[in-house]
Amino acid sequence: MKTAISLPTLGAMGKTGTWRVFRPIIDVEKCIKCWRCWIFCPDGVISRDDYPTIDLEYCKGCGICAHECPVDAIKMEREKK
Amino acid sequence: MAIKDLPRDEYLLKGHAACPGCPITVALRIALKALGNKTILVIPACCSSVIQALYPKSGFNVPILNIAFEAAAAGASGVSAALKKLDKTDITPVVWAGDGGSYDIGIQALSGALERGTNFIYICYNNQMYSNTGIQRSGATPYGAWTTTTWTGKKEHQKELGEIVRAHHIPYVATATISYPEDLYAKVLKAKNMKGPRYIEIFAPCPPGWRFDMSKTIEMARLAVETGAWILYEEIDGQFAFTSYSKKILEGRDRKPIEEWLQLQGRFRHLTEDDMKKINSHLDEKWNQYKKS
Amino acid sequence: MIVIDTGNNIAALAAKMARPKVIAAYPITPQTKVVERIAEFVEKGELDTEYIHVESEHSAMTACIAASATGVRTFTATASHGLLLMHEMLHWAGLSRLPVVMVNVNRSIGPGWNIWSDLNDSLSQRDTGWIQFYASSNQEIFDNVIQAYKIAENEEIFLPAMVSYDGFILSHTSMPLDVPDQSKIDAFLPAFKPGWTLDVEHPITHGNIVSPKPYMDIRYSMEKAMKKAQKIIQEVGEEWGKKFGRPYGLVQEYRCDDADYVFVTMAALAAEAKVAVDNLRDKGEKAGLINLRTVRPFPYSQLKYDNMIVIDRDISPGLGGIIYHEMKKLNYTMYSFIAGIGGVDVSYKDIERMYQLAQDDKEGWYPLEVK
Repeated sequence: MKTAISLPTLGAMGKTGTWRVFRPIIDVEKCIKCWRCWIFCPDGVISRDDYPTIDLEYCKGCGICAHECPVDAIKMEREKK
Repeated sequence: MAIKDLPRDEYLLKGHAACPGCPITVALRIALKALGNKTILVIPACCSSVIQALYPKSGFNVPILNIAFEAAAAGASGVSAALKKLDKTDITPVVWAGDGGSYDIGIQALSGALERGTNFIYICYNNQMYSNTGIQRSGATPYGAWTTTTWTGKKEHQKELGEIVRAHHIPYVATATISYPEDLYAKVLKAKNMKGPRYIEIFAPCPPGWRFDMSKTIEMARLAVETGAWILYEEIDGQFAFTSYSKKILEGRDRKPIEEWLQLQGRFRHLTEDDMKKINSHLDEKWNQYKKS
Repeated sequence: MIVIDTGNNIAALAAKMARPKVIAAYPITPQTKVVERIAEFVEKGELDTEYIHVESEHSAMTACIAASATGVRTFTATASHGLLLMHEMLHWAGLSRLPVVMVNVNRSIGPGWNIWSDLNDSLSQRDTGWIQFYASSNQEIFDNVIQAYKIAENEEIFLPAMVSYDGFILSHTSMPLDVPDQSKIDAFLPAFKPGWTLDVEHPITHGNIVSPKPYMDIRYSMEKAMKKAQKIIQEVGEEWGKKFGRPYGLVQEYRCDDADYVFVTMAALAAEAKVAVDNLRDKGEKAGLINLRTVRPFPYSQLKYDNMIVIDRDISPGLGGIIYHEMKKLNYTMYSFIAGIGGVDVSYKDIERMYQLAQDDKEGWYPLEVK
């Protein structure tokens, strides 16, 4: 019996980090651990360690984290080819 | 509850297929933090059908029944009835549908399921158009908005599905948006802990559809609330109340001018002064109605 | 136990005895008595099921699909326009491989509104992946509904199944039939073991995007199951025969062995044709009858006679009788009659007349245009 049954898979669409044009870079010195970047990330790639860490394998580079950071601790830098 | 206190559980797996900056996955991450793993999602045709990614993989880590466009609430009715017979009422059937599937093609099934007192939560994420098919007008598209089926701007105002749902006199109706995650989380959690039909509509600004930069998704939701274009409220067993920032506006804080929200979106670029008047008077009328009630 | 009751009441009784856990249905003439009866069973506490009073047939089928996917046995009933409104979800049930069982009361399609029997409603759904049974008596309605569950839920099949019967001719006509004890039905029909379920302990996603190659694989698997269903239908029909004295197969043959001409028809028309065969035999004509019990899977292997007179109470405009054209790939002489459309009465006398016309090498729309 075959029907369209799919299983939960990390990276179901592949390594979506390859979609990225701009890379988020966190300045932990500035971070106040408000975790806004974590909750607003559409891709759930920011984890809650001591400071936010971004999983660049899957980060699509939307820049919401940088835009929403209240202390400008995250900047977006163009990816190098 | 502060953002840092929201649960760390994630049921959306990294590497799903949503566009960068998608509001839907922000909303779904927060909603699932409240719903937990004892949740069955019923998803009609919408962006979220695509976000799951391709068979045989899925980016979602809760059971999902994809169903036809107009059929989500009927699907949840079936799941709900079966769960009852299986004595698994600790599991919550939840519809996760777009505005097209809720305001338009799915409104019949939605109304039927609400009227029947179905034990389920219906969550409509409202991005004010058919995004998945490429930005067409829906019943939720506001006046003046450009879409690929309203090239010169939509000529009609959106309908108020929340108000239609309220007319069903169900236990819980709420609106929310992604820029107020604590409010959104609290509402979904509240709904989860109730029985019967529960409806939550989440406002979801879409970067490609509305023509704004993908980094501004949250800002766009926040501005919609601050300008009064989107109103946060909840109704528990007939007790209606504004919440969060909308409550402050109702209590006297100034509403920001709607232009601040409109001008950031390419879909409103062509608006004339006359259009602005229409939008403003429509908004004033809506707020005045709420102030009176 | 012998009971005398209408087709609709018998369909509801059969559904009850199959013990579905979820029933979702919407009323439509001439099916209405089925939903009323089931509501009565549920409200009197005679049937332990969740009865969903849906707002449309589309939602009825959707709710059955979703309940089945959650792991329980389901039932619904409809007719005509209701079945057509379900069309999208009939495909959905088939491709989801969920053994939903329903009865469809055959009724003509509008406009104009016509509530009389005509098989165009169910035959226009024949490509949806549903096993299709047709009944020509109230006994067959009962027997088919119970067997439909056993066949549909077979792990080699997992396809939905529909039992159709003629509006009014069967739905509203009382006939005597044998209804076995519940204990014997329970022994025949084991509890439902789903092929897949929505389970929070083992989360799966059903029905997300499927690319062309695996989609074709899924369709191919469905086709194999439908072919396999021929054998399972036969086996289940034989088991039913052993247990209850009424064996079934894909078709019912009547006096075919030495026949010169064999009628091929189905549903209530087959009951009428049986009378015609007896009358013709009395007159010395070697007539026979094949009553098609299933249309999906189509029982090609059972249709092996020369001079088959196919009577269709259905029409594919521009093509002709649907059953006749399904049979055309067979290498036998065949005659096609379109009769009884929109519930026009077809008596055994008309069928005997068709026998004569076929002998004269004539066929067509009876009696409008025969040549």
